[in-house]
Amino acid sequence: MATAIEYFKLLPKTNCKDCGQPTCLAFAMLLANQKAKLEDCPHVSGEAVEAMKESSAPPVNTVKVGTGENAVAMGGENVLYRHERRFENPIAYAVSVSDSWDAPRIAEAVAKAKSLAFDRVGMVFRLDLVSVSNDSGESDEFLAAVDAVLADWDLPIMFEINDVGVAEAALSRHAALKPLVYAGETADVEAFAKLATKHGCPLGIRAKGVEAAADAAEIAAKAGCKDLVLDLGASNLKECLEWQTIARRAAINRKFRPLGHPLMNRVGCGEYAVATAVLSTLKYGSLVVFDGLEPYEALPLFTLRQNIYTDPQVPIQVKQDLYPIGDPGPHSPIMFTTNFSLTYFTVRADIEKSKIPVWLQIVNTEGLSVLTAYSAGKFEPERVAAAFEESGVLDKSDGPVVVPGLVARMSGKLSEEIGRDVVVGTNESKDIPKHLREITS
Amino acid sequence: MAEIPSVAEKYGSKVGEVPVGHGDYVAGGAGGMPFLSFENPSKRRPMIAGEVRDSLVGYPELAAGMFSGREKDPADWAMMWKEIGADMIFLRLTGTDPSVGTTTAEDAVRIVKEIDERTRLPIMVHGCGVQEIDHEILPRICSEVRDTRLIVSCVEEEDYKRLSAAAMAGGHHVLAFSNLDINLAKQMNILLSDFGVEKDNIFMDPLMAPLGMGLDYSYSVNERIRLSALRGDRMLQVPMVCHTGEAWDVADATSDEPGLGDPAHRVAWWEAITAICAMMSGADLLVMRGPSAADMVRVYAEELAGGS
Ligand code: SF4
Repeated sequence: MATAIEYFKLLPKTNCKDCGQPTCLAFAMLLANQKAKLEDCPHVSGEAVEAMKESSAPPVNTVKVGTGENAVAMGGENVLYRHERRFENPIAYAVSVSDSWDAPRIAEAVAKAKSLAFDRVGMVFRLDLVSVSNDSGESDEFLAAVDAVLADWDLPIMFEINDVGVAEAALSRHAALKPLVYAGETADVEAFAKLATKHGCPLGIRAKGVEAAADAAEIAAKAGCKDLVLDLGASNLKECLEWQTIARRAAINRKFRPLGHPLMNRVGCGEYAVATAVLSTLKYGSLVVFDGLEPYEALPLFTLRQNIYTDPQVPIQVKQDLYPIGDPGPHSPIMFTTNFSLTYFTVRADIEKSKIPVWLQIVNTEGLSVLTAYSAGKFEPERVAAAFEESGVLDKSDGPVVVPGLVARMSGKLSEEIGRDVVVGTNESKDIPKHLREITS
Repeated sequence: MAEIPSVAEKYGSKVGEVPVGHGDYVAGGAGGMPFLSFENPSKRRPMIAGEVRDSLVGYPELAAGMFSGREKDPADWAMMWKEIGADMIFLRLTGTDPSVGTTTAEDAVRIVKEIDERTRLPIMVHGCGVQEIDHEILPRICSEVRDTRLIVSCVEEEDYKRLSAAAMAGGHHVLAFSNLDINLAKQMNILLSDFGVEKDNIFMDPLMAPLGMGLDYSYSVNERIRLSALRGDRMLQVPMVCHTGEAWDVADATSDEPGLGDPAHRVAWWEAITAICAMMSGADLLVMRGPSAADMVRVYAEELAGGS
């Protein structure tokens, strides 16, 4: 985004007030805060408007793959470190199937891709795309493989095609799905760019190293392609980290357009592929395409993505609700804590360790931890009692109601509010199992 | 070919270099963000310390099963870590807490000496967490173990004088703990400096939260600490230590829930990803629990650093 001074330089500085502002500078400040449009000043030149649009465009393009609410957006980033501002669009993960496989094998791979979906505290972590790879080199086989995938996959798809003819056939049939066409390393960048542009689909290309990638991006841009995803062709972790960092810093710090695109990696499967995906998730990748991904790799990787792409300003919160842990019954203990996710996860893990079933009531404290919430007046006995009321937990169990040790002070008041005795729990979450054993034996 | 604008940052400062153990291992020294050879001339990868305990009470069974029985003797366990490729031993003396084990002060000193004699690796010693016991045992170790430079873990804002004094007297290093906050991390280092601990005897532990349990906070706090250090904040220019073993406490890492795949593989990734995030955000020393995670991370770190 441009600053007020940068805008001010473009204005005629006549203070004629036609824009409705007292001075050109006042108008420039509105522009910088995105409260006005440059076109509102009738005296600014058309070229200046164009130049400004160019330079105020986000440094990294946003590229959409697929359509509707399942579309995957990539890129659009403005910062290098997540503490500056929330990263915009989470990295996407894809698994590839080959068009040289028969239909049952493809169906099996798609079923496996679909199984990589995990329900986690109000969120679903899942694989984003299935990629169809044109290993056969033939159009007919490719189209048949795409049909086999689409029979059971309704999220976005991508195509790995190195032959312009096959790509033409595939896009003529499937452009409406807005697949990403990944051409890999190709001498036909221009032809692919024209084809993708004609069909309104995004294009992925690979070129080894930042210089070659910038050249390829320029060729694609000249051919009219705006929705470009770049694979810098890294062959190891070091290249992946360094090249992606150089590309992203050039785009953001130096406004270097040719590298201002989402970045992708085509990896295989197994340890090294996952390690590459981890690095790419941390440092500027927008898409990783695997040959295969196991659940024990997918869950930690998807969790990482969720962690890295949270808003650094807002503590992550869990929903106010009653969370049964184990299989609690009418005499199981009732515990409660704040909705700060770190607190929730910690308490939950420690309850699970005890192997004693518990009703865990989460109270909305706007994402604050126990002590902070209590001193901010957001974790009061009234609020806890209201949450109990809402979930009906007190009718579900006559077991002991445990007050977190850190807020033992609320015991009396809470007991009064709910008309039941309470017991004081531990200060530290890690001591929960011991305490639970004591109060249930 | 296109000319790419230069993006190397000229920070002007670097993290201190601290020799540990018998002086043949050095931690720290980064002059840029991790592994970026175009701005960080240091080719040193983060050190990896393997966790060893004097008692297996409370230690995950799944982890114990990965050390082929050698976890039963601390020195033998430490040797196994050396064989795996660890650069340091992290000794957690949980058994000195009488409600857990029977390790006496003499036992603790003997264990440290044995580990030193057998592995010759640098050692970080951590107490049991009960203040009175740690105040007795760790100073004994500091004064009786003299031919290797230990890292004494850990001192906190409320309780740093006794252990820091003991570490200084014995020529050892201290690890300063702070809780997920750049200002607290800095405050700890100032407190220790004011108390007389030399800056090149301080390591800092800003608390690495594991994957899925607040990792994002730690990742960003670490990055900010490292950037501030490189940009000239002297009080943050000490090597950063991150524990990754807490990954074993995350329910998703080890649960038997169907559809999540083999827990042994999953927890290895859980810890490895936590460790990769730690080193990518500035860690100079990783304290790790699982052998396969440690092995993966060492190999990747070596590759990223561009040499070993
Ligand atoms: S209309 Fe344009 S020239 Fe006139 S005051 Fe507003 S900004 Fe200045």
